[in-house]
Amino acid sequence: MTVESADFRMPSLGADMESGTVTEWLVKAGDQIRKGDVIAVIDTDKALIEVESFHTGTVESLLVEPGRRVPVGTPLAVITGAGPTTVPSVPPQAPPVTPPRRRERPKPSAKPRETTPAPARAPVASPLVRHLAERRGLDLALVRGTGPGGRVTRADVENAELVSRVTASPLARRLAAELGVDLSGLHGTGHTGAIRAQDVREAAARSGTGRPRAEPEPVVAMPAAGVERPRATQESGLEQRQDAMRRAIARAMAKSKREIPHYYLSTTVDANAMLGWLRARNRDLPVARRLLPAVLLLKATARAAAEVPRLNGFWIDDAFVASDAVHLGVAISLKGGGLIAPALHHAAVRDLDDLMAALKDLAARARTGRLRGSEMTEATITVTNLGDQGVESVQGVIYPPQVALVGFGKILERPWAVDGLLGVRPVVTVTLAADHRATDGYTGGRFLALIERLLNEPETL
Amino acid sequence: MTERGTTTYREAIREAIREALLRDDRVFLMGEDVGVYGGCFAVSLGLLEEFGPGRVRDTPLSEAGFVGAGIGAALGGMRPIVEIMTVNFSLLALDQIMNNAATLLHMSGGQFNVPLVIRMTTGAGRQLAAQHSHSLEGWYAHIPGLKILAPATLEDARGMLAPALDDPDPVLIFEHGGLYNMSGVPRPGLVDIATAALRRTGDDITLIAYGGTLHKTLAAADELATRGIKADVVDLRVLRPLDDATIMESIGRTHRAVIVDEGWRSGGLSAEISARIMEQAFYQLDAPVQRVCTAEVPIPYARHLEEAAIPQVIGIVAAAREAVAA
Repeated sequence: MTVESADFRMPSLGADMESGTVTEWLVKAGDQIRKGDVIAVIDTDKALIEVESFHTGTVESLLVEPGRRVPVGTPLAVITGAGPTTVPSVPPQAPPVTPPRRRERPKPSAKPRETTPAPARAPVASPLVRHLAERRGLDLALVRGTGPGGRVTRADVENAELVSRVTASPLARRLAAELGVDLSGLHGTGHTGAIRAQDVREAAARSGTGRPRAEPEPVVAMPAAGVERPRATQESGLEQRQDAMRRAIARAMAKSKREIPHYYLSTTVDANAMLGWLRARNRDLPVARRLLPAVLLLKATARAAAEVPRLNGFWIDDAFVASDAVHLGVAISLKGGGLIAPALHHAAVRDLDDLMAALKDLAARARTGRLRGSEMTEATITVTNLGDQGVESVQGVIYPPQVALVGFGKILERPWAVDGLLGVRPVVTVTLAADHRATDGYTGGRFLALIERLLNEPETL
Repeated sequence: MTERGTTTYREAIREAIREALLRDDRVFLMGEDVGVYGGCFAVSLGLLEEFGPGRVRDTPLSEAGFVGAGIGAALGGMRPIVEIMTVNFSLLALDQIMNNAATLLHMSGGQFNVPLVIRMTTGAGRQLAAQHSHSLEGWYAHIPGLKILAPATLEDARGMLAPALDDPDPVLIFEHGGLYNMSGVPRPGLVDIATAALRRTGDDITLIAYGGTLHKTLAAADELATRGIKADVVDLRVLRPLDDATIMESIGRTHRAVIVDEGWRSGGLSAEISARIMEQAFYQLDAPVQRVCTAEVPIPYARHLEEAAIPQVIGIVAAAREAVAA
């Protein structure tokens, strides 16, 4: 069997992404990985994204150390034994059109048969322990198990973390940074073995990197009483992140308005049937399982997109590429400001309960900055719902390379003519912003009419 | 034969009150047993005879009543000195102190200052048991609108009252009961009620203390010096507002701190100081801040238990040695 190898490259996690930073590797050289495994956490300026591998094989080497910012497309790791499951690396700006659905794990027999050189110990550990280790960035293979049969226990993970962390005083850490001393190699003489300033100064003197000991220690401005201190760097980090997100949104939106000839359509839909059906359905459900109107709006949009495929896909290189599945981007505003529109995968074919749970999960993870790469790249059409803000309608800006954006306003009571009589009905205004390169108004109109029909037949959703 | 000019902490306070009564006829002293009996701790002995019952006034056993009367007198233009026997009893007047004295300036939109001085005894060490021995000055230091003083030296005992009376707002002076008999020759000089004082200098560790623990801390610094550890000793003097600058300046040199407080550790003044050190001097710290506080029990009556409960020299030395890992 020939050993093929493939590069794992910095993925484009959105049309506005030009570069990214690997903040954390979840694998190391020698690890066996399978297609769909989360192998790295990447900071895109918008969020921390857990990125999955497109390949099954062995990690031969990691090419980029955590913390380095590299352009999209830069090789990050080499994966060998990448067999037929290899998906050609994705060119920037072109998300895979038919991405892998849920992670499909190959059966054990599908593993590469060549024996790994070192008998890599597959650590036995419970899901909880794996989760703990992953969260703390610990490699389980390096943790000595004390449980039955060498099993790695929770305590082992916690102790390993203690051992791996350098104990040093704040002053020692500051001095080490100033003098360029690596704390990890130092022996601490503090009360509990902590590294103290003295240990750092001695190390600096030994290696000659520091200044002579006779010199006074660096002067650090002490705050005067009552004078407000500069806030810690964390806050400026947050500001930087928000600035970066603003710039990323600016790039994407400017590109959209520069390149996409938008056309806009809107229709106002009687929401009486939908809300009545929802009330009846929610009545017998515990609060946690009740559905929100937003889920019906999302499902109707996804179904309509499935039936009007020319609005569901990407405009790439002067041509429209339709998507087989509907991955519905959901615009979520973030607490610190900014916006992100991750995908609800296969939204057209999931039932409402499933979709509701997925929506909650997606919103929670978007706000804690833990989205998956596939969620960032694979949306085929996006929905924005500004109804919460009380607006009646949204004329949206398309997120390139998608070709349509659907907006929902607030559900409002309005005088409404039904069967020749005037009544008060809840209504919602649905808008479509579409790419005139990909479709014309006729298609867009058909799409909105479908959404209206589906919302009037909520039981079919 | 005592040295010429020798005085005690008690006499120093008495002399300060006497001077205030002589200097300003708006000043009067009021409290339980301050007149005929001469004060529970004999601070005001002889003042009734010298100034008469109009200016040295015995009150009923009613802390809320006479502290309230003092607030009223202050609002009315007088400069009262109200004595409360111990800090434990001041809790009966806490409503007056907190809800009236400390707040009226703010609630009147700046119209009414309350130029009141309240003196009280604090602290343990005299076998007076749990109802007379606590150190609650840290509680008062929590309250905006008050200034909290803790004279620990003869100079401060003699010199803090005058600026306290000059202050347009309420000032509480906490006199540690264990200090009244302390004697010596006070050094001349002006005394402020705004800054902490460096009572001893050394670059290895900062020991922070006030009131009754200052002298134990100085003794601990002596003992540390015999082991080659040179200590800065900061006497806080003013518990509210705290003089952060002096504390941080010292820690900027020593990079280590021990806070000694006869109050309890949980939620106390030592916790506040420790938090400020973390906030303002985190990157100066080379060891965790240590605290030597009173055991979290009501102060025991039995002598050996009382001694075991409150900060002692041996504990301060041990904490300092741990901080410098010596």
